[in-house]
Amino acid sequence: MRRSIAVLALASTLSMGLFATTLASSGAASATGTDAPLAAYDASHAGGTLKLVANAAAGSLDPKINYTAQYWQLYQATYDGLLTFSYGDGKNTFNVVPDLAVALPKISNGGKTLTFTLRKGIKFSTGAAVTVADVKASFERIFKVSSPTAGSFYNGIVGADACLKAPASCKLDKGVVVNAATGSIVINLVSPDDAILSKLAVPHAVINPASAPAKDAGTTIIPTTGAYMFKSYDPNKSLIMVRNPYFKEWNHQAQPSGYPDEIDYSFGLTAEAQVTAVENNQANWMYDPVPADRLNELGTKYAAQVHVNPLTAMWYLPMNVNIAPFNNLKARQAVNYALDRAAMVKIFGGSQLAAPVCSFLPPNFPGHVDYCGYTKGATPAKPAKAWGSADLALAKKLVTESGTAGTAVGVVVSDDEVNKQMGEYVQSVLNAIGYKATLKPISGNIQFTYIQNTKNKVQISVTQWYQDYPAASDFLYVLLGCASFTPGSDSSINMAGYCNKALDAKMKAAILQGTTDPIGANKAWGAIDQAVMADAPVAVAFTPKNLDFISSSTKNYHFSLQYKMFVSQIQLK
Amino acid sequence: MKRRVPVSAEKSDSPGRIALRTLVSDKRSWIASIFLIFIAILAIFAPVYAHNIAHTDPFTSSLNATIHLHGKDLPVLEQSTGGLGLGVTPIGPTWNFSKYFLGSDNQGRDVFARLLYGGRNTLMIGSLAALLTIVISIIIGLVAGYWRGFIDSLLSRILDVIWAFPVYLLSISLSVVLLTSGLSLGPIHVGAGSLALPIIIIGLVYVPYVARPIRGQVLALREREFVRAAVGSGAKNSTIIFREILPNVFPSVLVFVPLMIALSMLTESALSFLSIGVQPPAASWGTIINDGLGLLYTRPIVAFAPGFMIVLTAVALNLLGDAVRDALDPKARLRGAL
Repeated sequence: MRRSIAVLALASTLSMGLFATTLASSGAASATGTDAPLAAYDASHAGGTLKLVANAAAGSLDPKINYTAQYWQLYQATYDGLLTFSYGDGKNTFNVVPDLAVALPKISNGGKTLTFTLRKGIKFSTGAAVTVADVKASFERIFKVSSPTAGSFYNGIVGADACLKAPASCKLDKGVVVNAATGSIVINLVSPDDAILSKLAVPHAVINPASAPAKDAGTTIIPTTGAYMFKSYDPNKSLIMVRNPYFKEWNHQAQPSGYPDEIDYSFGLTAEAQVTAVENNQANWMYDPVPADRLNELGTKYAAQVHVNPLTAMWYLPMNVNIAPFNNLKARQAVNYALDRAAMVKIFGGSQLAAPVCSFLPPNFPGHVDYCGYTKGATPAKPAKAWGSADLALAKKLVTESGTAGTAVGVVVSDDEVNKQMGEYVQSVLNAIGYKATLKPISGNIQFTYIQNTKNKVQISVTQWYQDYPAASDFLYVLLGCASFTPGSDSSINMAGYCNKALDAKMKAAILQGTTDPIGANKAWGAIDQAVMADAPVAVAFTPKNLDFISSSTKNYHFSLQYKMFVSQIQLK
Repeated sequence: MKRRVPVSAEKSDSPGRIALRTLVSDKRSWIASIFLIFIAILAIFAPVYAHNIAHTDPFTSSLNATIHLHGKDLPVLEQSTGGLGLGVTPIGPTWNFSKYFLGSDNQGRDVFARLLYGGRNTLMIGSLAALLTIVISIIIGLVAGYWRGFIDSLLSRILDVIWAFPVYLLSISLSVVLLTSGLSLGPIHVGAGSLALPIIIIGLVYVPYVARPIRGQVLALREREFVRAAVGSGAKNSTIIFREILPNVFPSVLVFVPLMIALSMLTESALSFLSIGVQPPAASWGTIINDGLGLLYTRPIVAFAPGFMIVLTAVALNLLGDAVRDALDPKARLRGAL
């Protein structure tokens, strides 16, 4: 997903375990704590109003529609699925744990059947009991509201294909079989899916009342099961969360009791104003990235209030392999050689907030291999261990050899400060290697979909990818698989338009291998990564870190690698 | 004893001479003119400064550049080393003309060199847009005011429509549209990133503000005796317009020139500040303010320096405009004196 817009992914509990291990062993875990599970609830710290600030709201509050990191962070404290990602610190936050289900599912029928048992005694914030009928209706609602991941995460459920064709009349009678008497829920899949547990743990699979509208609820509040419920929502002003009066803790790692009595999220402050508000204790936490000119101030005067954590994400430049000049391999490789990744890290805020990379899978990610084929002295065939410096001379030579020198190239970027700076740098690099580059900054609200649509003839762009959950396929198959390229669509996440059928087959094989042999699958992904980057459909620039700035009165900060800061665990007393 | 000017000498002075003499004796016009000429010279010689003195390319990112200052090699963009080591800060003013006199921006570019180049673009766009406004306005004013009737009604309504939109709203809207696709009028195509685009847009949006007063003046002049005499004597329309009316409209046009340059310059700066005027890596004072917006806390001079230049230039142009008006319209001067 992007920082504000997410897309699909795949992962398995096993591969997540491996990922968590590598993350922890690399020392890249949360800078704020260990990999320990969440400590026991301490009621003496409960109370107060947690004040969050952001420049803008994140659209629909409907958990089956919203696909932004901004609200997924809140959903963990409000909604519950059968499964969820664990509370805690570091690697623990990538573990899938039972939530509304009594336990992790019993998997049978060669991985095609998952059997859950619904916990008893759980109520929605309206006081109504959660039933298996709500569970079935919630899965059908994924398709009825055309959830953005309906066709990617949940298309493997038996009956999903018909639901995708006719969402309004969606019935999953064979795909989600429930028994009210025993509380059992059986999910039948068309074929084994190594990532199904993760898919059931993300907010699009949360359980809503069966009476929830069969369309995007927008600003209408849907009852919750978690520690908090939404009290009011005005996207132009604020989002208020209060305690769910019917909530009783059932699994401390899945849905712990929260500390603040109320959580107020205010919208409309610029990032500069957010920093000042947090400095002055007028707000507890700010959502938007800290402006570059305030970073030094925070790092020196407010160091104790700053939390820097690793992200499994990347900033990269998709190059359209179907139109000039990047339909030429040498032209794409030239860009990869020319990019000074250290310079881009500087624009992002320096070496403490990002690290140069040129492999597709981020460091410490399942399948990642330390290599770089596009640094001085290296080639894709003879890669170096890591990126060292740009090779402008080789880049110019490749451009000349490609016969594309002098071509006009438009660089499409989001119009926020950091993206524009990145775009200006890329424009300068492209001009330096022989192109006639122009910068096209467009609103961040539309840039991500604009660069996906082939009708817009975007040649190169600057964008980001944040994992939905930890699996190599979330990066490679999602972003560069043939199935992700849909010409003429705003939802063609394979922005490069890259479709290498041989590599695509290898990716599919690696996904299948992951169900039985995750270690072997990750090795296969590592090889696929290198093979893809030899084709250079993208230029990967750097992997960013997450910076949270909290006020001096804000205590008990915990960071989820999946959902970032746990808002419900903040203590104000 | 006060020297008396001979009556014969007073009579021999033409209105133009009197106006020129008045203008030359006006201190405001001297101060403004000297400042504007100074700014123009700086802008013209921007490449000389960049290439021969500062030895820098103000249009290329230099994020890893270093400079030798006070016996030390310093990075132009310095990674913070205090506290958590967060952030990268561009070098501040060195006050040394040969290296980053006003410091660097976020891309490691020399702010002073960009300020000079920015002045070139801002002044050029402001001047050419004002010229375009005035030329179009004269044509519309003369045609509408002289022929009256249907042509006048048609042109006046078109002007009303343009006038109905606030200048900035209209220019922003046009810029946003044309910035993506450029402007194509028959065989003429202006590229999306061309400097001609802001010139055309700004030149057009101000037309009603100049054309309407000119039209009014032409309407009044058309009823004056000397024009009626020309008509009565059988003079052609073109002769009447160019020999009788235009010379009498010209003083008003002259008053508009500096004021329109100032307005056009301010509009260009606003558009460029909003990223819909001059496009990167080219610079204008507006784009440099935009560049400096993200550095207000650490390097405020990046935004303040071009802002200061805009203010000074606009004030100078307004002073010059006032002086020209006073010189060409003694009644206005007398009104001001009262």
